[in-house]
Amino acid sequence: MGSDCDGIRQRSCPVPMAQSDRILLGHGSGGRLSHELMRKVFLPALDNPVLARLDDQAVVDVEGLRLAFTTDSFVVQPLFFPGGDIGSLAVHGTTNDLAMGGAQPLCLSAAFILEEGLEVETLWRVVQSMRQAAAEVGVDVVTGDTKVVERGSADGLFINTSGIGLVPDGVHLSADGARPGDRIVLSGSIGEHGMAVLAQREGLGFEGPVESDSAPLHTLVAAMLQTPQAVHCLRDPTRGGVASALNEMAQSSGVGMTIDERAIPMREAIKGACELLGLDPLYVANEGKLVAIVDTAATEKVVAAMRQHPLGRQAQVIGTVQASSPGVVKMRTSIGTTRIVDMLAGDQLPRIC
Amino acid sequence: MKYVDEYRDEGVVRALVAHLACQVTRSWVLMEICGGQTHTIMRYGLDELLPRQIELVHGPGCPVCVTPLETIDKAIALAARPEVTFVTYGDMLRVPGSESDLFRVRAAGGDVRVVYSPMEALKLARSHPERQVVFFAIGFETTAPANAMALRQAGREGLKNFSALVSHMLVPPAIRLLLESSSNRVQGFIAPGHVCTVMGLEQYETLSREFGVPFVVGGFEPVDLLEATAMLVAQLETGRAEVENQYVRSVSRRGNRAAQRLIKEVFEVCDRKWRGIGVIRQSGLRLRAALGEHDTEQLFDLDDFHAEEPAECLSADVLQGLKTPPDCPAFGTRCTPQNPLGALMVSGEGTCAAYHRYRGVAESRGRR
Repeated sequence: MGSDCDGIRQRSCPVPMAQSDRILLGHGSGGRLSHELMRKVFLPALDNPVLARLDDQAVVDVEGLRLAFTTDSFVVQPLFFPGGDIGSLAVHGTTNDLAMGGAQPLCLSAAFILEEGLEVETLWRVVQSMRQAAAEVGVDVVTGDTKVVERGSADGLFINTSGIGLVPDGVHLSADGARPGDRIVLSGSIGEHGMAVLAQREGLGFEGPVESDSAPLHTLVAAMLQTPQAVHCLRDPTRGGVASALNEMAQSSGVGMTIDERAIPMREAIKGACELLGLDPLYVANEGKLVAIVDTAATEKVVAAMRQHPLGRQAQVIGTVQASSPGVVKMRTSIGTTRIVDMLAGDQLPRIC
Repeated sequence: MKYVDEYRDEGVVRALVAHLACQVTRSWVLMEICGGQTHTIMRYGLDELLPRQIELVHGPGCPVCVTPLETIDKAIALAARPEVTFVTYGDMLRVPGSESDLFRVRAAGGDVRVVYSPMEALKLARSHPERQVVFFAIGFETTAPANAMALRQAGREGLKNFSALVSHMLVPPAIRLLLESSSNRVQGFIAPGHVCTVMGLEQYETLSREFGVPFVVGGFEPVDLLEATAMLVAQLETGRAEVENQYVRSVSRRGNRAAQRLIKEVFEVCDRKWRGIGVIRQSGLRLRAALGEHDTEQLFDLDDFHAEEPAECLSADVLQGLKTPPDCPAFGTRCTPQNPLGALMVSGEGTCAAYHRYRGVAESRGRR
């Protein structure tokens, strides 16, 4: 509320409260509200140099070894969706957070919060899916925990996974590593996970299959890191989509970014679904894609290596990093004009018409 | 994507812009009425491409933005009631009322649901007979038919626990108000394509004849809006004032008669307050008395809400095309999408939000 509001206007001022006294759903969106929570609550209380980097994973030195450590909670509804389920997602999500630090995943933990009344059959299916996903990644779930809460206190089941990985010598990836002149590379088509979950949740039928892209990215990353010093930052554009991932990297690195709308790969079904629902695919979640900031000289080589990998066949250079407009992401639109791609405050809201 | 990509084609856009540049010989002030059109203009930076003689001002056609503060306050009060399941279109959630918004009501325990169709609200009412399901029926002539259908269906089924908080608006009376104003600068209008899909062209023909102003019904893609602008400029440059239809793939002269009948059957015209503008005569739709048992305002004992807009907010001037968002000292400082001072900063279709999101504060001010 503006400080110039007088008594009467204070009562009528329709200014919503920046400092909400309650947690809103938007605080979990990966947008500005999430960052505000980080800045105002978590960082002041828990501040340390590793946490302050705000990377997807912490990299800590342990007797000469560089270990990556990360944790993530999974609360997706529905539990099963086209292309995946909460179990495989819990393995892929944490594996990918490790991979974005260049780490080879070593092992995972899994903690389950189960709602009273959940069918054991459902839990069994989820755990089988985790087993399969972990086997594909090549990691074991080496420890875990189970809690049961009263009916109504959880939406079926929540999973938390943590992971430890080993960062190879010479690999230093962080969101602040983007430099003017670098290229922005996207590993494949966007918006699939978010739209698959939304379609399943809302019972929306689309022409053509809309499936989650949930997949483990560590082998794709390993292929990219074959070219030494080429990759400067990596992010998996999950919550908040490609737009939020780029904004985070632009802000952390103090650089501007410009992407080309026409270069961004997207499946027709996803494009159509987003058009229909009034959603911008740049903000829709992905679970099997990455955005890389790559040294210009090595871009061709890195993209070629990505295209050899099943999860990088559609890899594309989608933009460039520049010194001007630090912290701002711009996009050259399909008609050749330029606009800003901002970070959203909270979740995307469908427009009325 | 078919039927979309061809309307976002750089070559076609360039050709239309070149054509416009040849056509225009003097300055014209044009208004796109619909918020969806404003959204496209800002998202694609179409105004950057136009010859400098053409000034686009942005009209009052964002339903979320013009829904009165009192109505939002009523919605918030209803949503907070323990017996109510409040059902709304998504972008109403963040619209600030006097003291709260629907997001915060939900966080405090209110049962607030987002739907894409009012028929989903009916489903909720059928499956939860113990709940009072209140649907927030807002919007222009575009959302009115679907909302009318849900209300008619509720009447036929005798769904006692379904009601609607109705705050529908009609576009032509708002344009009339603008044209009657002594401060009006607008010389030609891009009429709202989706509203005209429902209502047809006749109401705009009346306005065009009466005020000697040209209208072109426009679609929502970049090529649509540039073509509509070119058609308007052609009329203005040759001294014509007619209603033309650019959006032929959707709009017919008569509109959708079945939808019009449905609106008439369920709703009646009334005076309506517009946020940022004030009361406009005969500019709203309310439920007919026969459906009174589905009228939220009759079912619930709602306090009389009186709310004032913050004096600092320039929404009223922006909605009438007298000011642009960067003219406002609060734009991007005390008023942001995260902390909106007025409704134009809230909805994706709101003019201020569109400027802020797609152009940024510094650049918006720089181009002023």
